[in-house]
Amino acid sequence: MNTPSENGTPKPSSLSIALVGSGGSGVMTAGSLLLEAAGRAGLYGIMTRASGPQIRGGEGAALLRLSTRPVFCHSGHFDLLLAIDWLNADRFAGEIPLDEKSYLAGDDKIPDYFVQTGANIRDISFKQLSTQAPGLRPNMIALGLIGAAIGLPMEELEAVSTKLISKKGEDAVRASLAGLLLGASHTSLLDGIKQIGKNLDPRTENPPDLWNISGNEAAGLGAIRGGIRFVAAYPITPATEVLEWLAPSLERIGGVLVQAEDELASVNQLIGASFGGTPSLTATSGPGLALMTESIGLAVASETPIVVVNVMRGGPSTGIPTKSEQSDLNIAIYGLHGDAPHLVVAPLSVGDCLFTTQWAVHLAETLQTAAIVLSDQSMGQARSVIPQPANISFPTKRFIQSEAVENYQRYKTGGSGVSAMALPGLAGCQYTADGLEHNPRGTPSSRAEDHAQQLDKRHNKLVQHDYGEHWAQIEGEGEIAVITWGSSLAPVQEALHTLAKEGINIRLIAPRLLLPVQPERMAVALAGVETALVVEQSHGAQFFHYLRAFYAPQCELQSMALPGAVPIRPDDILKTIQKLREQK
Amino acid sequence: MANTELKAKDYKSGIKPVWCAGCGDFGVLSAITKALAGLKIAPHDTAVISGIGCSSRIPAYVNTYGFHGVHGRALPIATGLKISRPDLTVLVTGGDGDGFSIGGNHFMQACRRNVDITYIVMDNQVYGMTKGQASPTTDADWDRSKLTPHGTNINPFYPLVVALASGANFIARASSSNPGGAAEVISEGINHPGFSFIQILSPCVTFRPEQREWKKFVRPAPIDATTDPTTAARRLMTDDNFYLGVLYKGDRASFQPDFEENPASEENLEEEFKL
Repeated sequence: MNTPSENGTPKPSSLSIALVGSGGSGVMTAGSLLLEAAGRAGLYGIMTRASGPQIRGGEGAALLRLSTRPVFCHSGHFDLLLAIDWLNADRFAGEIPLDEKSYLAGDDKIPDYFVQTGANIRDISFKQLSTQAPGLRPNMIALGLIGAAIGLPMEELEAVSTKLISKKGEDAVRASLAGLLLGASHTSLLDGIKQIGKNLDPRTENPPDLWNISGNEAAGLGAIRGGIRFVAAYPITPATEVLEWLAPSLERIGGVLVQAEDELASVNQLIGASFGGTPSLTATSGPGLALMTESIGLAVASETPIVVVNVMRGGPSTGIPTKSEQSDLNIAIYGLHGDAPHLVVAPLSVGDCLFTTQWAVHLAETLQTAAIVLSDQSMGQARSVIPQPANISFPTKRFIQSEAVENYQRYKTGGSGVSAMALPGLAGCQYTADGLEHNPRGTPSSRAEDHAQQLDKRHNKLVQHDYGEHWAQIEGEGEIAVITWGSSLAPVQEALHTLAKEGINIRLIAPRLLLPVQPERMAVALAGVETALVVEQSHGAQFFHYLRAFYAPQCELQSMALPGAVPIRPDDILKTIQKLREQK
Repeated sequence: MANTELKAKDYKSGIKPVWCAGCGDFGVLSAITKALAGLKIAPHDTAVISGIGCSSRIPAYVNTYGFHGVHGRALPIATGLKISRPDLTVLVTGGDGDGFSIGGNHFMQACRRNVDITYIVMDNQVYGMTKGQASPTTDADWDRSKLTPHGTNINPFYPLVVALASGANFIARASSSNPGGAAEVISEGINHPGFSFIQILSPCVTFRPEQREWKKFVRPAPIDATTDPTTAARRLMTDDNFYLGVLYKGDRASFQPDFEENPASEENLEEEFKL
């Protein structure tokens, strides 16, 4: 993204930096501190992690993009690749696109692959510099170099470093600050980066209050804001951070997280707790969701509210646990056996993980059914500096039977389809929640009338609900539209922003509510559109086929479906849209 | 828990069971209702949780709150319920296939976790609802199933031994042929803290008609319940599977996380994200 500057040359408003190093070199720490310091200085930013297959001690890369405006994805160009060491760094080559405008800073053992990109090479050995004084750490020297080169105030770098390192004692703090200053004394190496950094001065923009949060943490906070007080879960990459954040947080507010023996147990523990009246949620990823599907159907049939946050990763099977993909759409929509209407929602950004998870809790509790939240690795594990998310509150209230009645019917039909749920402890309303088909009283029944009635009840309560404006994010006008979802929205938005500056208007539709489907709302959103490009990160074009199946749009649909493991980049989308426009 | 003056029959729902005439599960249903009436636990303060199988139909036949879930997952439902609602009396009822085969891992983990619930397994060494297949407790040479016409040729599972090894806090055996005796054991299991496991020998008269003879073999264990796991292990390993009574009583505290509402507000949780 370029905006004209005073002297008329394009002024980049974002800066992409990769820090690589082998295990223990501290690149993740340096990356996190850089993001935090940039955020404190008023910049927006995103940091994602790439790592090798080793559990610990393998090579890693912290990928950052800093900007004067909110930024949610990486660009197709990295300005700076800085290496503490080059051991196996070429593993990340595909994720760090470099060109002759880029800078490579590190010792002289640069892998050929990176040399061949034509990037500007700057010779500096952080390891050697760190031998100048005891306690110096190469990663802090690197942090000092980058921070100073892009013009971050040294006091912010010192503040975030001190906060992190203070528990290691005064000597460690002193050494880390010395490292920062040593790094900062070498900024002449990175004059080109300094130039870009000058354009990143946020203080002219008077930024709003900023948060530094990951998508997984945001989903956890959304769960608590929605009223979740019981979580049972089994650890799985890349969803574990949702649980790691929730465990101590729930404890602080009077909830509980139970580590279950497997996903079969965790989803059933939720059903038990929710049957007792406690809003309940779990977080998992594809393999775990597959294990849970039978019992998600039980929650649907027994009308017990539960929420399953599924942080998608590359599949099928074990797939690529540490990389993102949007290929669990099919299992979320179609995975349950029988006719099992349920809710599927998908956050649209790191910050939206908060809202959408909170909304999912609201919907599941209100409609007494199962909700699946489809987040993904790319936003779940991304750490982002974003404007403080709005504090939205929903009038969430489960329809509870408040007093004893004669012949209480737990599964009473009619009306909105949502029937009053008695909670154990209420005298006179005892019933058995059942996965067997049942009559309104809850008594098992295989009669066709009871089956039809209860199927209608469970369907109608979902389709009759008014989901309001939250169902989708819709922007712009134009005869060409892009329909996308989840983390694919970020690169799409960036591509459309670039086109808009060239005077090319494209409509954008990103549904947050995937089930129940909203064909009438979609038809309104697509009015006047001739061609729609469907952008998603899946090999099987799952979202494209879903749209064709449920929305039967009048316009022509074209698919842009790319599998993981590299993120979709704004440039890819720009090229596809340009081709589309040429065809017309 | 409110005291009640209810009789055993008041704990029945009146729904007619799907069981065959002569099924052992009638005796177990009777024992459960007797135990609840004897303990004066109000039906609305009780939840009976089950999975799938003939014996898993019990929640519909009692006048308490109930959950009839999917196959093998009754213990996790009960775990979630009891942890979040410690005020309730939570029973789990089911069969040997539901509990030891498809739900086998949950059985071990529930023993380990030691939540204060009572698990009653009606063991008839056969899958009755699917019409007569071998279960984990079936003898290796039982060849009456079309699925395993030469027998299973695998060792049977010894649930009481596994329960002890996994950490159950109360282990007992009862027989459906003596509902009064079974009721006493169930009452004791409900009153004992932590996870109580009760195996009830409950014949399947349709697919294992020879089990009608069990009532001739069962007899009270000649000694009192031990609190020593080593003694219990020796007894359970040498037992002929027909000794009735409470066989082991542990002294582990129940697993019950603190679920008290805490004044710390949600806003405090957000502080860590602010720059």
